[in-house]
Amino acid sequence: MGILMMFTGAFVKNRAVPRYLAIAGAILLFLANAIELKQGQPLFHINIYDMLKTSSYSLGFLAVMIGCLILLFLLSGEDIERVGHDVGEYFALIFFVMCGVAICATFNTLLFLFLGIEILSIPLYILTGSNKRNLLSIEAALKYFLMGSFSTGLLLMGIAMVYGGTPNASFYIASIDVGNTATSPFIIIGLILMLVAISFKVSAAPFHFWAPDVYDGAPTVFTSFMSTIVKVAGFLAFIRLFENSFGAIHKDWQKLIVVITIATLFIGNITAIFQQSVKRMLAYSSIAQAGFMMLALFALNDRAKEGMVLYAAAYSIAAIGLFGIVSRMNEFTISDFNGLGKTHPVVAFTATIFLLSLTGIPLTAGFQSKLYMLTSVVENSNQVWLVIVAVIFSAISAYYYFRVIQAMYFKEPNTEDPVELWNINGWFKSVLILLAILTIIIGIYPEWILGWLYYW
Amino acid sequence: MGEFITFPELLIWLPLIAGLLSFMLKKEGAAWTVSFVFSLAILAVSAASLFYTDPKFLAYNNVNYYYPNNIGNTFFVGLDGTSRILTFLTALVYPLIFLSIKKDEYKNASSFYGLLMLSQCGIMGVFVALDALLFYIFWEVALIPIYFLCSKWGGERRVQATFKFFVYTFAGSLLMLVGIIYVYLHTPPKVFENGTQTLHSFSYAAFSNAGLSAGDQSWLFWLFFVAFAIKMPVFPLHTWQPDVYDQANGPATMVLSGVMVKMGLFGVLRWLLPLFPEAVGKYNHLVIVIAIIGILYASLIAIRQDNLKRLVAYSSIAHIGLMCASIFALNITSMEGMMLQMFNHGVNVIGLWIVLDIIEKKTGAKKISDLTGIAHKAPVLTIFLFVIAMANIALPLTNAFPGELLMFTGLFEANPWFAAISGLGIVFVAIYILNLVQKVFYGETNTLTAAINDIGFSQKLSLAIIVVVIFAIGIYPQPILNLAKESVPVILGKLGM
Repeated sequence: MGILMMFTGAFVKNRAVPRYLAIAGAILLFLANAIELKQGQPLFHINIYDMLKTSSYSLGFLAVMIGCLILLFLLSGEDIERVGHDVGEYFALIFFVMCGVAICATFNTLLFLFLGIEILSIPLYILTGSNKRNLLSIEAALKYFLMGSFSTGLLLMGIAMVYGGTPNASFYIASIDVGNTATSPFIIIGLILMLVAISFKVSAAPFHFWAPDVYDGAPTVFTSFMSTIVKVAGFLAFIRLFENSFGAIHKDWQKLIVVITIATLFIGNITAIFQQSVKRMLAYSSIAQAGFMMLALFALNDRAKEGMVLYAAAYSIAAIGLFGIVSRMNEFTISDFNGLGKTHPVVAFTATIFLLSLTGIPLTAGFQSKLYMLTSVVENSNQVWLVIVAVIFSAISAYYYFRVIQAMYFKEPNTEDPVELWNINGWFKSVLILLAILTIIIGIYPEWILGWLYYW
Repeated sequence: MGEFITFPELLIWLPLIAGLLSFMLKKEGAAWTVSFVFSLAILAVSAASLFYTDPKFLAYNNVNYYYPNNIGNTFFVGLDGTSRILTFLTALVYPLIFLSIKKDEYKNASSFYGLLMLSQCGIMGVFVALDALLFYIFWEVALIPIYFLCSKWGGERRVQATFKFFVYTFAGSLLMLVGIIYVYLHTPPKVFENGTQTLHSFSYAAFSNAGLSAGDQSWLFWLFFVAFAIKMPVFPLHTWQPDVYDQANGPATMVLSGVMVKMGLFGVLRWLLPLFPEAVGKYNHLVIVIAIIGILYASLIAIRQDNLKRLVAYSSIAHIGLMCASIFALNITSMEGMMLQMFNHGVNVIGLWIVLDIIEKKTGAKKISDLTGIAHKAPVLTIFLFVIAMANIALPLTNAFPGELLMFTGLFEANPWFAAISGLGIVFVAIYILNLVQKVFYGETNTLTAAINDIGFSQKLSLAIIVVVIFAIGIYPQPILNLAKESVPVILGKLGM
């Protein structure tokens, strides 16, 4: 069962090789995942007492994330090399994180959930601080580490509580089964602690305070990685844990999710309006998008799970593209985007498509994913007011996304202090166009991705 | 079904192709020619669709493509009477717009023409969609090219003004999306031709048989109505309009006021009335009152306006308010009149904009007080303007006369007071339009207007066509009324009348 982990682990040996190997590795990983999805059984059999468990949903989801990783490498591989000397290490660390992601997608015991989240987090602390010459980067890493270890503590405590509360004292998530017995207070406390811990990982308010500083301080490529693939993995863990273990008392903890969702949407969107730096704006918007993804957790039905996958793909592709562009700029306040439509038409055009997708305009992937999310919420509970709140924040988000579009197309470029985009070569442009095309294909024909979730 | 390419499909795909082609063309003249030729072809398709109205062509005109989709939306488009009127209007005004701007120079003209054609694609899609999700998609997609058009070319404050417009409509349509989702989840399961089944469906038929309770209808009604009211725009949601019309460039304003505002009215006819009959019965008088307040409010402001473009904007709000009121009068007369008037208003207001656009480009001024005595220098332009102005006042023999007559008769049937008060609007129209004509075109020329020369051939041609249409419909409105007669009983039938 643990093949995915094994595969990623194998790449540790290649720490000194350049990014081509990393890309090849990621593609290999993707293929392995796809084969496994197609066969419906794991490639290798290693006896780990059923502590990891795959389903076509988790594998499909994982395929999306590995696909995004490949796109990230293709687009920003060079930026990773630019961060510092230890190029190989960065790639290796990213693969370690992916190992954690794979565990998050397949865990079957609380122990492995903890393991997955830790394997995912620790390399991230290093990546955040990888730009050793930049004080902000180091500050961000320290902040992330302190807050992260705190939340890890909470998670561990929650796991212990739940373990103690289960009738037969087992770590297997299915055996928690709170439906039959009277729910013990241990389980409730454990549930809340775990909710807080994972909310922290996905930067949901009010546990989001680390996110803007960390996203802003970290080198842009790693921000891109953290705020897309890693965050989405957190959501996958969230869904799997809460569906399998606490599904029976869904109605009770749903109320907590409502509070978190609205707070996240509010803080993310409102704060993003006031940002001048595009990178920081994207960081806050990433919090806002997390609020939308929380809706999947609220509804927790089939459509919500489909919506989650779509959202993961739509959001990751758009954000990877935008961060990719930002990482090629020396400065990235909104006014630095002025006149980009004239100086770099391809970059500006693709950036527009990504921004439209994040806003949720039809024909882009962002629209389909928001449609699925909203539909799932109404389907689950008929709570239309929550949906109305969500769409109002979605309209607000148009404000800050469109500011960038306005700057790119309707303002003249700064003549005295032109912005330099380094190394915009044909390769970079064609990957951007590929991302834009993917965004539109998913927007018109989402079944292209969703079909894989029901392969077996 | 689906073996041939059909009218509604052509109406969507031709503008899309034209738009993309003209984006790619580097030469601006070539881009203009491509867009113009395509818009003529679209006009031909649309005209053909007017003649093939035989029931045996109905199946041909309704296309439903199923593609494997687990949420049950399909590419379902079709033409009925209302859509024919509006698609024909859309198809008619685009060549006129292109004619009137032939000589003008825009920066990046290729993208300008391309965006215009893309907006036509979205608008056509709205008018032919028979699937709620498809409708919503086109509704939003029509907005994006217009957003870029208005923001890129126009007055100094265009970016802010357009953005206000965008946020207004985007917020409104998201509320409508919530409504669509709610109705969708109450639709019966749908079995497709190939045997697959989805739990719910977005198709028009399913939506109008959703069986919503009266309580649900009453709030869904407002979710939809707000989206449509913003687009129309109806008081008090109109505040984006004068700003945008004032700041945007001529052609974009023509598209907005001539065709796009009809999307709101069309939405009410196609979706709001059949979906929520009980709520319509409950709220129709309230809506009429709001619309009438809007008529008076906008007319009074228009009288006091010195800015030509804002004046036309407010006059447009008044006209649309009247149409909105007469939809909700819910009788055959008012609705037929309203459909006729939708077409007329589109033609007339575009004529007015073409004239104003010419004046603004020639003089650079858009204030009534700055302009005087244009008639001396540009007699042909003045004659055209005079006819168009008369049509705006709805004088007999012009096209607006039969339309407004029917609308007032219908409103009177609903409640005499409605007709009486909204009739004041007509008086106000006469005041401000005649005032405009008198001050701007007659009198002595001043330094600004002395340099004006008369209009060129292509502009003459486009204005002449408009004048011909004005008289043709003024004298013989029957063809359009026949189309309206096809749809009105269906809509009223859904309301149980």
